[in-house]
Amino acid sequence: MSEPNIYLPHLMRIAKITQEAPGVRTFRLEFVDDAAAQGFSFHTGQFGLYSAFGDGESTFCIASSPTRKGYIECTFREVGRVTAGLADKEVGDIVGFRGPYGNVFPIEDWKGKNLVFIAGGIALPPLRSVIWNCLDLRDWFKDITIVYGARAVADLVYKDELKEWEQRPDVNLVCTVDPGGETPEWKGRVGFVPPVVEALAPSPENSVALVCGPPIMIKLTLPVLAKLGFTPESIYTTLENRMKCGLGKCGRCNTGKSYVCKDGPVYTLAQLNQLPAEY
Amino acid sequence: MADMYQLSSASLDLLFAALTADGRRILAPTDRDGRSELNPVNTPADVAKDYVQTALSAKETVFPKVEQLLSYSLSPGQVDLVDAKPKAEPTVVFGIRPCEASAFKALDAVFNWDYRDTFFNARLEQLAVIGMSCTRKDDACFCTSVGGGPGSAKGSDILLTPTASGYLAEVLTDKGRAIQALAPELFQPADSADKAAQLADLPAAFDQPALSAKLPAMFDSPLWSEQALRCVGCGACAFVCPTCVCFDIQEEADKSGGRRLRAWDSCGYHMFTLHASGHNPRDTQGARWRQRIYHKFSYYPERYATLGCVGCGKCTRACPVDMNLKEHLVEASQVKP
Repeated sequence: MSEPNIYLPHLMRIAKITQEAPGVRTFRLEFVDDAAAQGFSFHTGQFGLYSAFGDGESTFCIASSPTRKGYIECTFREVGRVTAGLADKEVGDIVGFRGPYGNVFPIEDWKGKNLVFIAGGIALPPLRSVIWNCLDLRDWFKDITIVYGARAVADLVYKDELKEWEQRPDVNLVCTVDPGGETPEWKGRVGFVPPVVEALAPSPENSVALVCGPPIMIKLTLPVLAKLGFTPESIYTTLENRMKCGLGKCGRCNTGKSYVCKDGPVYTLAQLNQLPAEY
Repeated sequence: MADMYQLSSASLDLLFAALTADGRRILAPTDRDGRSELNPVNTPADVAKDYVQTALSAKETVFPKVEQLLSYSLSPGQVDLVDAKPKAEPTVVFGIRPCEASAFKALDAVFNWDYRDTFFNARLEQLAVIGMSCTRKDDACFCTSVGGGPGSAKGSDILLTPTASGYLAEVLTDKGRAIQALAPELFQPADSADKAAQLADLPAAFDQPALSAKLPAMFDSPLWSEQALRCVGCGACAFVCPTCVCFDIQEEADKSGGRRLRAWDSCGYHMFTLHASGHNPRDTQGARWRQRIYHKFSYYPERYATLGCVGCGKCTRACPVDMNLKEHLVEASQVKP
C-alpha cells in the first residue's frame, strides 16, 4: 500500500526563459524541493513529462546536459493546450516534471570515435543535450561535426550556442536553412539537410552519426548516411512518438513490441529496422 | 490442485450474507434495460439469471473509466500538489465468466511490468473473484481458441460451476480460501465432480499459436485494411474489452486549481498517436486495426508471455458495424504464409 504514485510530478521553478525562435522557448527549471534535487540524476537522451498545471502534461526531452548540474532545461514550440499553458509562464512560476524516463545515448561506447550530429528545426534539443555532454568530455572523442538546418534563419534555435560552437576550434559546425529561408545577412549554407550532409561527406570511419529531425528529414538523411558508408549500427536517432504516461503503460508510443518511452527514445538504425515503421 | 466442494443454491444466500457481514461489497451481473452489467448486489436473487456475458467488462473494478491521479490548488506563484489515494474497498466480483476472470492477468502485466501502478494494485489487492463457468455460449465466444475455456479456473479465486442442485465450487487461491473460511460449513465435499458435463461445448475456431507465429510476416498484408474498411473508429471494442488498458491523461482545471485524470482510451482513434506536428504514425484505420490485433496477439505474447485477448467476444457484440473478431482472426489464420 506504500507504493508511490508514479504519476505525481516534481514541482520545478522556472529559473530562466530563453526565447529561441518564433513560438519556441527554453525553460531552465530548478527543483523546488531540495531533497528531490539531491536525489535526481539523468543521462543524456532521456526525457520527461512537463506539466503546466491547469492545462496538462507534455513530453519533451531533457535538452540540457547531465554535466550541467542543478537544473534541467526543456525547449518546446507552442502548438497546443499544454505548450500554450507553459508559454504563459514567467520566471519564478512553478511547473511540474516527471522523469527521467527512457533509455540513453551510450556515449561511453563512443570514446575515441568521431561524432556527427545532424539535426533539423526543433529537433536540435535532444542532440543539444548530447552535444554539450560530449563537449564537456571533449577529450573522449575525436572530430565533432554538427550539421543543423531549419526552415528559415529565424527558426534556428540556441542561436548563442551556435555562435559558440562555430567559434570553437574543436567543433565543425555547418548551419543551413531551406531555400528561401535565408536573410541578406545569412552566412551559412542554403539547402536542405540531406544534400548538405551529402556534400559535406563526413567519413564513416570510426564514426557514429546522430540524426534528429522531422520525419521527412530523417527519412531522406538515412539513405545519404548509408551511401557514405555509415552502418545501421553506427546511426542513432530518437523517436518522438506521442506519449501520455512515459512509464510503459498508456500504450500510445507502442511500436511493434517496443515501448518508445521504455526501450527508446534512443534507437540505432539497426534497431529501428527491426520495428514496424510506425513512427 | 484446487479443492472441489459443492454448494447448494440455498447456501449461496448465506455466502452472500457472510461476505456482506465481512464488510465486502459484492458486484454481480444484474439485468437492467435488457442487458446485464456488473452492479452492487445484496443477495443471489439480485443476480442476473440468464446472461452469456455482461456488455461491459469487469476491468472497471481495478481500472475505472476515469480515475483521479492527483489534484492541486493554484495561487499566484504557487502550486499545492495533492497526491490521490486510490479508493479501494474490499470487493467480491461474483459471477463473471472465466474469460473475464483470466483478463486480470493481462492488465496486471501492463500495470506492473516495470513501474508499479499503485492505483491498479490497491484495487486488485482488495478484489476477490468468484467466477461462474459457462453452460451457454454465443456466436461471439472464442475463449477455447485463446487458451481459456467455459470452465477455466484461471484468474478466479473461487470458480462455481452450476449443477442441477446448486454449484460445484473450486477454491483456488488464498483469497478464495479466505472467503471459504467466512462460512466453511457451506462448502460441502463434492460427491461427484463431473464438471465437464455441465459446460458449454465450444470447439476452438483457430490455431492461436500458429497465428501469433505468422503475424510478424503478415504486417504488410492488405488483409488488415480490408477488414477495417467498415470500422468507424468508435473505440467501443476497447471500452468493453476486459484486457484493453490503453489510457489517456487529461486535465480538468480552472484558475483556482484542478485535477489530473486518467481515462480509458483506444488505439482505434486517429488522435491516439497523432503528433503535435500533424504527423501520424498510424494514419489509417487499417493501421489502427492492425495495431489492435498485433498488440493483443503478437506484442503481448512477445513482451509479457501472455495474450492480450481472452476470447470473451464483448468487442464483437458491441461493434456497431459488426466487425467480428473471431471471424477476422479465423480469416487471418487462413492466409497462406
